[in-house]
Amino acid sequence: MGFQPIKFYQTGTYTVGNRLLSPDQRSVQAAESRSNSINSGHRACQGCGEALGARYAIDAAMAESHNRLIAVNATGCLEVFSTPYPESSWQVPWIHSVFGNAPAVATGIAAAMKVKGKTDVRVVAQGGDGGTTDIGFGCLSGMFERNDDVLYICYDNQAYMNTGVQRSSATPPAARTATTMPVGPEPGNPFGQGKNLPEIAMAHGIPYVATATVADLRDLEYKVRRAMRMRGARYIHLFVPCPLGWGTASHDTIRIARLAKESGLFPVFEAEHGEVRSVLKIRRKVRVEEYLMPQKRFAHLFGSHPHPEMVIRIQEIADRNIRKYGLLDEEEAA
Amino acid sequence: MIKPFAITLKPGTSLSNLTGTWRTERPVYLDRLPPCNNACPAGENIQGWLYHAESGDYEQAWRMLVEENPFPAVMGRVCYHPCEDQCNRGKLDSPVGINSVERFLGDEAIRRGWKFSEPPDSSGKKVLIVGAGPSGLSAAYHLARMGHGVEIQEAGPMAGGMMRFGIPKYRLPRDVLDAEVKRILDLGVRLRLNSRVENISASMQGFDAAFLAVGAHIAKRAFIPAGDAAHVVDAVSLLHSMEGEERPMLGRRVVVYGGGNTAIDVARTARRLGATDAIIVYRRTREKMPAHDFEVEEALQEGVMIKWLSAIRQADEGQLTVEKMVLDDKGMPQPTGEFEKMEADTLVLALGQDVDLTLLEGVPNLEIRNGTVQVSGNMMTGFPGLFAGGDMVMSERSVTVAAGHGKKAARHIDAYLRGAAYEPHSKHELADFGKLNTWYYSDADKTVRPMLDIIRRQTSFDEVQGGLNESNALFEARRCMSCGNCFECDNCYGVCPDNAVIKLGPGKRFKFNYDYCKGCGLCAAECPCGAIKMVPEEI
Ligand SMILES: Cc1cc2nc3c(=O)[nH]c(=O)nc-3n(C[C@H](O)[C@H](O)[C@H](O)COP(=O)(O)OP(=O)(O)OC[C@H]3O[C@@H](n4cnc5c(N)ncnc54)[C@H](O)[C@@H]3O)c2cc1C
Ligand SMILES: Cc1ncc(C[n+]2csc(CCOP(=O)(O)OP(=O)(O)O)c2C)c(N)n1
Ligand code: SF4
Ligand code: SF4
Ligand code: SF4
Ligand SMILES: [Mg+2]
Repeated sequence: MGFQPIKFYQTGTYTVGNRLLSPDQRSVQAAESRSNSINSGHRACQGCGEALGARYAIDAAMAESHNRLIAVNATGCLEVFSTPYPESSWQVPWIHSVFGNAPAVATGIAAAMKVKGKTDVRVVAQGGDGGTTDIGFGCLSGMFERNDDVLYICYDNQAYMNTGVQRSSATPPAARTATTMPVGPEPGNPFGQGKNLPEIAMAHGIPYVATATVADLRDLEYKVRRAMRMRGARYIHLFVPCPLGWGTASHDTIRIARLAKESGLFPVFEAEHGEVRSVLKIRRKVRVEEYLMPQKRFAHLFGSHPHPEMVIRIQEIADRNIRKYGLLDEEEAA
Repeated sequence: MIKPFAITLKPGTSLSNLTGTWRTERPVYLDRLPPCNNACPAGENIQGWLYHAESGDYEQAWRMLVEENPFPAVMGRVCYHPCEDQCNRGKLDSPVGINSVERFLGDEAIRRGWKFSEPPDSSGKKVLIVGAGPSGLSAAYHLARMGHGVEIQEAGPMAGGMMRFGIPKYRLPRDVLDAEVKRILDLGVRLRLNSRVENISASMQGFDAAFLAVGAHIAKRAFIPAGDAAHVVDAVSLLHSMEGEERPMLGRRVVVYGGGNTAIDVARTARRLGATDAIIVYRRTREKMPAHDFEVEEALQEGVMIKWLSAIRQADEGQLTVEKMVLDDKGMPQPTGEFEKMEADTLVLALGQDVDLTLLEGVPNLEIRNGTVQVSGNMMTGFPGLFAGGDMVMSERSVTVAAGHGKKAARHIDAYLRGAAYEPHSKHELADFGKLNTWYYSDADKTVRPMLDIIRRQTSFDEVQGGLNESNALFEARRCMSCGNCFECDNCYGVCPDNAVIKLGPGKRFKFNYDYCKGCGLCAAECPCGAIKMVPEEI
């Protein structure tokens, strides 16, 4: 059935908390007792979506596992900004792997816990889109294929941010990165390349695959908690805007994530054993321009030398997602 | 022990890294003024009482409401609710039904017998109030709650003013009015009925201050030549007589001349008294009509007819002469010279009211302009200690404005009695629609109040508009977006990537931890109601 939003009580489940909901209907993030897995003092940029997404996700995993959790972290912004030697922001048992092997390290920890009989200790692995879709992909596919008991969370900010915004296989078409400059007849990252990791994960037939954004906390918490109640290989792909790499205002991080979902460019769904089970419907549909225009990485599509034909192609991607995943309610789609 | 290379430092926490130093702007919590509150003529804290109603604490909601206005059940029926016209939710779907929730609270208070809290010890001061209309009663209520002795002298046989002798029963049932008046008198306010004040200077003797609220009761006249046998009455007297034992005889065809709310009330009353035809004659068009649209609509539903662009020139027995009018460029009606006849058993003139100022004769330093008494910002006339409000001063004429004047006057009278000046709080900046992030509010259309069926509306004086029940009143209250005032949605606490928002616990709101806040502005952007503002750091 997917996440069932509560539609009324003033703000329903749209806001982080809601004093009008009964305590069992409230979010982890609304609680004063949330674990704050990644604490203040980290060195993430102002308004970092990844720092926020990581706290949302790991706090939910902590709540669901009764604080019996070990987190593995691939190299990338999240690891670097949270843990400059000898300090760390993490308030959970946490281990840094290398850039490409977080899934394998997590598999090993899960196996060790099993051998020691500590099956209540759960393992989460996390990495950026580069670490996940590119260099860590082999390890991850193996982890899926063996159905190892790990929840893997990919924080997708659509490029190699930590090393200065280079293209990854999750970078969207037309986006400017340090390695896909806005030059030539079709500026920015080429169309038709890249990987759709949620769908690749589904193709492994693993128990659970879900996508989520930092704009829908309640949906994200639901998905993390649901994944944590299962065993075997699970994958959550979390959309986390990066103000620095995308050229957006630091206060716009959540708005941008919301627009990605509302435009259809980032479909939010969950799947079990390779089949889509639920989608988060679009609530107030917007055209892709509304999402693209506030981002400097797409500035070359607009302005004095615009590329409307490229915008149309991006809109086609959104429309295809809407059709494919049924993102609009029947009457609105008509 | 020799430690291996690169692990010579003790592990530490990132809390030693005070990222607050990065900040160029800081978030601050603030209360902004909700547009509804700003528009309420009685200065109600609407957002505030809706907040309590939202959680089902109706008594607390009612108590907060009556801090400003002692008449919620009356207001919930007759107030023209300018608050709803300004409600931000109107820009999203439709305004919050503030007025219907107010009525629910007022009715709930009557049903459950809620009383005002006891007034403080007596100040020893005595204030005279002239007139027991909404303005006088409101002033009496507020003064009594401040500990002052209050005596109301009222010319009529019962309290209420135009709430009783103007507004018809089908809009304001008298048991509701009685209950709210009685609750005020229970505070120890002395009410002397049938006591017309003829001369204020004389009557004021023995009082420390006086508040005048005699309303506007003299019917305005237009010069209409009338034959001896023509039956012409004025609207105020007609409606006044509705409170007596005998029902006025109007005949089958009643014509009402005028375009205000009073004209509408008379025509609707005539229908209920058995007139087959109740026709309003008005010199201009519907757009220009001062009556409120919803009242015109309700009258039309009940079979009242309106003849636009027409002026009455002559009244004879059973017949009127009417001239067709046209509007000029300024929207003023001009004669055309085209006449027609209209049958009419009674002609009712509803052309507005003037103030009877005779009781002011001999008072020095008063300024009278356009037939109304001039008061300064503190509601005081030119004569020290003599205050005035309601319909008799220059302003919009409504029950709500009158009640607001009563409150304002009471505050200034209280200060005057202490030899001080009342300093109102400075107004917060407005929480206009642009300050909100409306994504977070549930989609929810306004609840419509039930209406009495049309047959009973044409034949009885039963109340036309019904109230909300508990569940839909709660629903309606929860449509409020809490503009400009934190409603503890936890968004700021949740969305901060730096854990720099401290949650202080239910009812205690939040605090920023400026040691770590980087000033990203996410909390301010995602606060649904605009209760956070980013201000530049002094660098
Ligand atoms: C038919 C009609 C319908 C209306 N409908 C609405 C409505 O739906 N909503 C709304 O908001 N407003 C409505 N109004 C306007 C509203 O009733 C008035 O604006 C309001 O009552 C004014 O209050 P007040 O206290 O100033 O005067 P009043 O209500 O007129 O009260 C004045 C009181 O003073 C007394 N008095 C007068 N002279 C003396 C004296 N010399 N000594 C002692 N006592 C004296 C009078 O007897 C009266 O009781 C309506 C008015 C009319 C006429
Ligand atoms: C084997 C290896 N190659 C290159 C690097 C340098 N490196 C560190 S982080 C990073 C990019 C990380 O990108 P991503 O995984 O998307 O995470 P992000 O920083 O965007 O969150 C790179 C290339 C490395 N640490 N190890
Ligand atoms: S939404 Fe609530 S606070 Fe805002 S204007 Fe309307 S009633 Fe007032
Ligand atoms: S979200 Fe946090 S870091 Fe950003 S301005 Fe608000 S308190 Fe500061
Ligand atoms: S975001 Fe919510 S909790 Fe924070 S100030 Fe605004 S209304 Fe209050
Ligand atoms: Mg990345």
